[in-house]
Amino acid sequence: MNYKIIKLSHFQILLLPFWYLVYHYLEPMTNWLVFDAIGMTKGEHLAEALWFFIFEFPKVIMLLMLIIFFVGIVRTFFTPERTRRALAEKKTFTGNIMAAMLGIVTPFCSCSAIPLFLGFVEAGVPLGVTFSFLIAAPMINEVAIILLYGMFGWKVAAIYVGTGLFIAIVAGWVIGLLKLEKWIESWVYEIKVGSNNLDEEQITINKRILMGYDAIKDIVGKVWLYVALGILVGAAAHGYVPEDFMVSLMGKNVWYSVPLSILIGIPLYSNAAGIVPIVSVLIEKGASLGTSLAFMMSVIGLSLPELVILRKVLKMPLILAFVAIVGIGIMIVGYLFNFIF
Amino acid sequence: MEIKILGTGCANCKTLEKVVMNALAEMNITANVEKVEDIQKIMGYGIMRTPGLVINGKVVVSGRIPKIEELKEIITKYNN
Repeated sequence: MNYKIIKLSHFQILLLPFWYLVYHYLEPMTNWLVFDAIGMTKGEHLAEALWFFIFEFPKVIMLLMLIIFFVGIVRTFFTPERTRRALAEKKTFTGNIMAAMLGIVTPFCSCSAIPLFLGFVEAGVPLGVTFSFLIAAPMINEVAIILLYGMFGWKVAAIYVGTGLFIAIVAGWVIGLLKLEKWIESWVYEIKVGSNNLDEEQITINKRILMGYDAIKDIVGKVWLYVALGILVGAAAHGYVPEDFMVSLMGKNVWYSVPLSILIGIPLYSNAAGIVPIVSVLIEKGASLGTSLAFMMSVIGLSLPELVILRKVLKMPLILAFVAIVGIGIMIVGYLFNFIF
Repeated sequence: MEIKILGTGCANCKTLEKVVMNALAEMNITANVEKVEDIQKIMGYGIMRTPGLVINGKVVVSGRIPKIEELKEIITKYNN
């Protein structure tokens, strides 16, 4: 048994350089495949579209696998229980900043939004701080970060993380200032949260690594099709749709494009893997960065299914306040980036 | 043995139930498996991530679906 584990880890060490080699030579390999092996002519629409897909799809999937693996390991150290303990009785603002950052690394699924909300409130985490967490957790998504990095470079990825944190911190802080506790359903306060000592369990490093592999299987298995479709749309648009197609709709000089994109984004529900390639097409065809960013944040940060789930614990005015405050935050970010770039 | 599966009806909760049933069948163990979907009762176990697995009153898993091998180990450990 032990022997098997040692063998496995030797094999694992070889994976990283292998990954690097493939990633490094992906572009020349694609060139060779498209222009030599298949024999297409550089500059032709179909050739460019094919090249784009053959290069982008493995690149993005490889980036995803590598980073999801490490994120999966990091996440084994951040349980909601620990996050709750760190946030309980925290002062506002410092608490909002911490909550937003913990929202990025703590494992979160919107299906667990209710138990998480109840657990936080019960432990004395202030409402505004809880919201900073609930806003950051879905909106700043690791898959989106990786895709943005892969398609636009680290600057756009950093802008996305930075503005997402900004919105989560400020929106949570405002919700805290407004003292909206009266709009929490009253049964929330009557609930008796039990205790368990689950988070005391010690996880071995071997198990954490295995959980990293599980994260790859779980997340990449779920999103690869969306990535493929998104890039396929991108590849098709790459060669065929005119460059300035989106300028009149989502260009920076169309003043209403930011709020309109946000409104359209709320009922649309997609995971980050599907929306980023589409956003990349929008930008390539003349949509401005601010408008596209606002659209993306609205789609993944403000989703109708999550609002329906939250409605169980929050009364309607608080849901609306939440949507309005986050929406305004996204709008400010959208206009700001249209103004700067 | 008393087994409870905690979850508000999400896809993962159903998957966990399936894995538990398979593990029990493979181990030839008869157990009383109950699904708990009421959020107030779920919170009584103090978990913040669903699905949760409770064996003989003790929370043993929350927020993930263990592999069947791991689940068998867990069942053996808490079955007494």
